[in-house]
Amino acid sequence: MRLSQDPTIDTVAKLGAVSVAMFAFVFVVMVPLYNVLCDALGINGKTSSEAYISVSAEVDESRSIKVQFIATNNDGMPWAFSPQVTEMLVHPGAANDTVFFAANPTVNAMVAQAIPSVSPSRAAEYFHKTECFCFEQQPLDGNGEAEMPLQFIVDQDLPADIKTITLSYTLFDVTSLMSDKVASR
Amino acid sequence: MGDHHHGPAKGLSRWLYTTNHKDIGTMYLWFSFAMFLLGGAFAMVIRAELFQPGMQLVEPGFFNQMTTLHGLVMVFGAIMPSFVGLANWLIPMMIGAPDMALPRMNNWSFWILPPAFLMLASTLLMEGGAPAFGWTFYAPLSTTYAPPSVTFFIFAIHILGVSSIMGSINIIATVMNMRAPGMTYMKMPLFVWTWLITAFLLVAVMPVLAGAVTMMLMDIHFGTSFFSAAGGGDPVLFQHIFWFFGHPEVYIIILPAFGVISQIIPAFSRKPLFGYASMVYATAAIAFLSFIVWAHHMYTVGMPVAGELFFMYATMLIAVPTGVKVFNWVTTMWRGAMTFETPMLFSIGFLVLFTIGGFTGLMLSIAPADFQYHDTYFVVAHFHYVMVAGAVFSMTAAIYFWLPKWTGRMYNETMGKVHFWVSFIGFNITFFPQHFVGLAGMPRRIPDYALQFADFNMMSSIGAFIYGASQLLFLYNVIAAIVAGEKVSDEKVWDGAEGLEWTLPSPPPYHTFETPPKIEEQPAH
Repeated sequence: MRLSQDPTIDTVAKLGAVSVAMFAFVFVVMVPLYNVLCDALGINGKTSSEAYISVSAEVDESRSIKVQFIATNNDGMPWAFSPQVTEMLVHPGAANDTVFFAANPTVNAMVAQAIPSVSPSRAAEYFHKTECFCFEQQPLDGNGEAEMPLQFIVDQDLPADIKTITLSYTLFDVTSLMSDKVASR
Repeated sequence: MGDHHHGPAKGLSRWLYTTNHKDIGTMYLWFSFAMFLLGGAFAMVIRAELFQPGMQLVEPGFFNQMTTLHGLVMVFGAIMPSFVGLANWLIPMMIGAPDMALPRMNNWSFWILPPAFLMLASTLLMEGGAPAFGWTFYAPLSTTYAPPSVTFFIFAIHILGVSSIMGSINIIATVMNMRAPGMTYMKMPLFVWTWLITAFLLVAVMPVLAGAVTMMLMDIHFGTSFFSAAGGGDPVLFQHIFWFFGHPEVYIIILPAFGVISQIIPAFSRKPLFGYASMVYATAAIAFLSFIVWAHHMYTVGMPVAGELFFMYATMLIAVPTGVKVFNWVTTMWRGAMTFETPMLFSIGFLVLFTIGGFTGLMLSIAPADFQYHDTYFVVAHFHYVMVAGAVFSMTAAIYFWLPKWTGRMYNETMGKVHFWVSFIGFNITFFPQHFVGLAGMPRRIPDYALQFADFNMMSSIGAFIYGASQLLFLYNVIAAIVAGEKVSDEKVWDGAEGLEWTLPSPPPYHTFETPPKIEEQPAH
């Protein structure tokens, strides 16, 4: 395909298009592809953003997994945010419940969004949340408080060498966004 | 067309407004040499601090700024522009073209560079200091924990990226459209070939670098979370994007060096280059492989084993085309009527030391072993063997080789040889011991170190001062040659040199090949 009669302008136009395409490639291919691959391979600690539909299965009582909870505020987030218990011993296959507390110390109504991350990252695909406050945004009135539920199942297929799973939440102030999803979720 | 054969304009405006490939080449070369001295000065600060264990001269924060700026200035300010300068001077003369295809864009791609580096250097004076996160600027060091000057750094990277892309588009357009009749692709000198392939690499990956710093900019100022795990992003993603640019980048630096060596070794062996076609294909193969090996820079991030194996084998594969090149150079010398003028000395120095750097590269490519070597001085030693003894030695060889052609004056041969031997010895005293401290576990980018590394570090520092000082000799030799060097009368300065540039007078007139030369049946390489 010739873009111009002048061969030099033709070459420049094609190469200019390539460089623009490569710039776009980073944003529209590399980032989504990386996320898709990480999801598929379960390698960077990202858990599913949708509720897990539990399948009936035997509870594996032969081993116990220690699940630790961490709650962190993002920069500038004023809420109090903490887990009810910092760790639980659970059997793979069993459904477990816990809650996180959140309190809004300001006088303004705010909306928050929690973003989960699992460590070790290999465990992410074996950590199923059947119910999680992180699936939706949490509004709180000024000086309001809330208990935020979490229900999860550790998969029976969890590799035997993983004895401890850490679930970390970071709480973001999304009041100004008020959209369905947090940016670049 | 009465002014068709006009000479250069006078005064400063000649350089500001010039569209002449020789003027622009000269400016690129002087600019890159200035950056080489600036980056070298940063390296001297680093080596002075590391002369002894403990903290003597600078604060740790400033030390980190030095390692960062040393890398950035050397890679983007010294090595890359120097080869662009060489391309500007030589490609039109080698393919029988009157100038570059896009002379005005050529002017612009040079003149946006000095402001970019001025801006980068000015971050040293800013509150919070210059970028201190290493030349690889990994997130979150370069985002969440970066000094405020990072925004200036990002803008500087954008500008020099634009400059590189324009420069490479110009080179490709020149090579594809402006060859003299009869100058087929497979008759082009290898320097032109390696630059053509390099330019394609640049067009492909400089936009990726621009994308990476744009994401940083957005994370820092516009509330996105590309590289922030807390916001659903991933800092490891930064490393993937950076090295997707970064590995082709190291071949962008070394391929033109291969081209230079492929011109010089035949000239002083008085034999045609052995295996011309295989050299072209090897260059293309290296360029292709450079796109699929990036993660060998990040074996320790927690990739799946299958990924580690893929990147390990793909990386080892690069040794094959590179080996082809090394064997071709050696075979070119085999039974040649060799002489050892300064350009040849630097080329042979390149060959020996680059091969050592290649071997340490092979060691580093072994994923399980790399967990031990990762981020140690072994890596520092490896990449200085390929960047300094590779790119810088070949660049030095190129200056000595073509300077008499460009200026019509000869440099001082004895001083050139002294420069080579002092450089060669100084370089090895600097970087060879770093293999040992690296294998013994000394991490890179630290201002202080454990006592058992003291002796080797002192050696390294002494070598670095020797190597640094020898470059001043080089500067003196070049200036002395330009000002008062012995006049060269021959068109062919070196009796074994082949190629169209040696059919021109020395120095060549301001405008050359306005009528295309006749290409003989004999290949010109």
